[in-house]
Amino acid sequence: MTELKETLKQLISLPGLSGYEAPAREVIRAAWEPLVDEISVSPIGSLHALRRGIGPEPRPSILLAAHMDAIGLMVTGIQEGLLRFTEVGGVDPRILPGLRVTVHGRKDLPGLVVQPPDYLLEPAQRGKSVGMDHLFIDTGLEEDEVKELVRIGDLASFAQEPLELSGKTIVGHSLDNRVSVAAITYCLQELQHMVHTWDVWAVATVQEEETLGGGFTSPFELNPTVAVAIDVTFAKGPGANDWRTVGLSKGPTLAWGPNAHPYIHKKFLDVAEQLEIPYQKEYVPKHSGTDAYAMQVVAGGFPTMVIGIPLRYMHTPVEMIVLKDMERAGRLLAETIVRLEVDFMEKITWDEVKDEE
Amino acid sequence: MKNNEILSQIPEIGEEQIQLLEKLSNAVSVSGDESEVRNIVMEEVKEFADNIRVDALGNVLVTKKAKVDDPVRVMIAAHMDEVGFMLVDDEGEGLFKFEIVGGIDNRQLVGKPVLVGKEKLPGVIGAKPIHLTTADERKNPIPLDSLRIDMGPGNSKKCKVGDRATFATRFETWGPSLVGKALDDRLGVATLIELVKHTPENIELLAAFTVQEENGLRGARIAAYSMNPEVAFVLDSTPANDLPVWDEEENGRYNVKLNHGPAIYRLDAATLSDPRLINHLVKVGDEFKIPYQFRQPGKGGTDAGAIHKQRGGIPSVSISVPGRYAHTAVLIARKADWENTMKLIFASLAKFNRDVLSVDR
Repeated sequence: MTELKETLKQLISLPGLSGYEAPAREVIRAAWEPLVDEISVSPIGSLHALRRGIGPEPRPSILLAAHMDAIGLMVTGIQEGLLRFTEVGGVDPRILPGLRVTVHGRKDLPGLVVQPPDYLLEPAQRGKSVGMDHLFIDTGLEEDEVKELVRIGDLASFAQEPLELSGKTIVGHSLDNRVSVAAITYCLQELQHMVHTWDVWAVATVQEEETLGGGFTSPFELNPTVAVAIDVTFAKGPGANDWRTVGLSKGPTLAWGPNAHPYIHKKFLDVAEQLEIPYQKEYVPKHSGTDAYAMQVVAGGFPTMVIGIPLRYMHTPVEMIVLKDMERAGRLLAETIVRLEVDFMEKITWDEVKDEE
Repeated sequence: MKNNEILSQIPEIGEEQIQLLEKLSNAVSVSGDESEVRNIVMEEVKEFADNIRVDALGNVLVTKKAKVDDPVRVMIAAHMDEVGFMLVDDEGEGLFKFEIVGGIDNRQLVGKPVLVGKEKLPGVIGAKPIHLTTADERKNPIPLDSLRIDMGPGNSKKCKVGDRATFATRFETWGPSLVGKALDDRLGVATLIELVKHTPENIELLAAFTVQEENGLRGARIAAYSMNPEVAFVLDSTPANDLPVWDEEENGRYNVKLNHGPAIYRLDAATLSDPRLINHLVKVGDEFKIPYQFRQPGKGGTDAGAIHKQRGGIPSVSISVPGRYAHTAVLIARKADWENTMKLIFASLAKFNRDVLSVDR
């Protein structure tokens, strides 16, 4: 467990922005390699790892997808030695002033997102939250050196180092969604000493924050029987307390809505109840904002499910999770996988699942 | 003293000085609780001072005698305190309401790691996820009232209401730049420590490491009274607003610029600098070919605002190291500007005598 915590802290110390996930993928590959039978990389960069089950061939398979890409910034211009930038993934400009970043130029450069004094800004911006177009990255270097080292299109990743706060809490950037990568790792570790009939495809997907590119492509190649997206979900916290939020440290969430197959939902729920694994229900009436949205409609369609890990301050450099929630999600995945019988899919009949009471 | 002798005695900004600045920048001393910086200062100057006193507010008042008879008594002040926060309400589950101490724009708080209390426990100021906000909501800054310092849900009893907190920034150097929190005014403190260690022999140095500058220049006021100097120089840091303007017009209101040397004050919100002292600084700068610039007259202020009105009046001037993004989590200054500030203040002191003030203002 200590080892997994360290792997997670290593993962959230890396860049790996959408479309450029290689740094994260290499660490995940090292963590997964000893736990699986085969490992490969998809044409657009997703990591596919197969752990074979013991059922007769052709075996059903479950795909566990966690996206490994991170949100960040991209350089759009250079002005008087300062960098203009735009976002990769969804970034609230209000988190940006004072943000420490690493600019991935001809070499990695430390940088700081800065907000000019109000009187230098367009009048409409003064005293308001300042739009991304009006902010800069300052690298502390002189103009000549900046021009030599930085080009338009260079990435800038969040540089917040991991923190451990009280309550076995980890804080850092890109816990969305590398904490779910850790949950899949936990699941694979559990499966080492368990018997499962189904094949397990552990998949670290790419580009979820921009195009859902990984979610739209991996199921096509792997053709799973069931596909589960593991992603973070909104934990209650300052400013976030409505029906869309769940309790931090109160267990993983089971999504209920159009991206969750009701029968698969029920299976996870039954296992959680049976083993008294704390869980929460998450109601997602529309788009789940996860890879499940994409995976569900790949090729002729796949039954999907979404498991959520509560996370506070999503898409900020100080995202916060409780390790217990990650472990519980991993355990729930493993315990559900070992309870998937060879003929599980044949038992799925739509009218068997009662609607939520 | 001859000019080449003065030049050879100017303290250098080397590895040791940068390390001291790093230690000072990383120390936490929010206005009203300056003990961490005070302890560093006392440790650094104790071997060099003739007298050290901590007064009623916590100012460190250091005297260093001259090696000449009847020397001019020169006060040099640099403030030890920094802007920060105080925890004011415990909402349970590790969440605390907080108040800002000194001037910090609310827009600089979001997404920052902070250090809380004497044990410097880590905490964070988060924000509502973008996914749960509306486009209209994102146009307005998040009000202070909606922000919390979050220590984690483990309900740490170690931090409590009343604790101070600051940004958790750690000092770094980036190429030609010094990068850290509270460089306003740890740059001044570090400069003044060097002056206590290497004092021009012609003056009696009254070094005031002051408290509560960010809380209304309160330390400097009583320090100037008790030190009773003939003249005062204040070392501080002032904003370099030398950034592009939105409409790409020339930036005519930059306050000061990086790489242009120490900033000499003429007028700020609290002080009309003594022109005799301004002329002295300019003369010395020109004579020694030390770059300097005039801070554009305007708002803001330094300890000089309190000092010059003490007793019957004390001729005062301020000199600042230019720094970008003061009063945020990170300030960026240039090492070259710090070096030139050191040169200008040292040479100006070495060349100082009562003749400078012999003409009426």
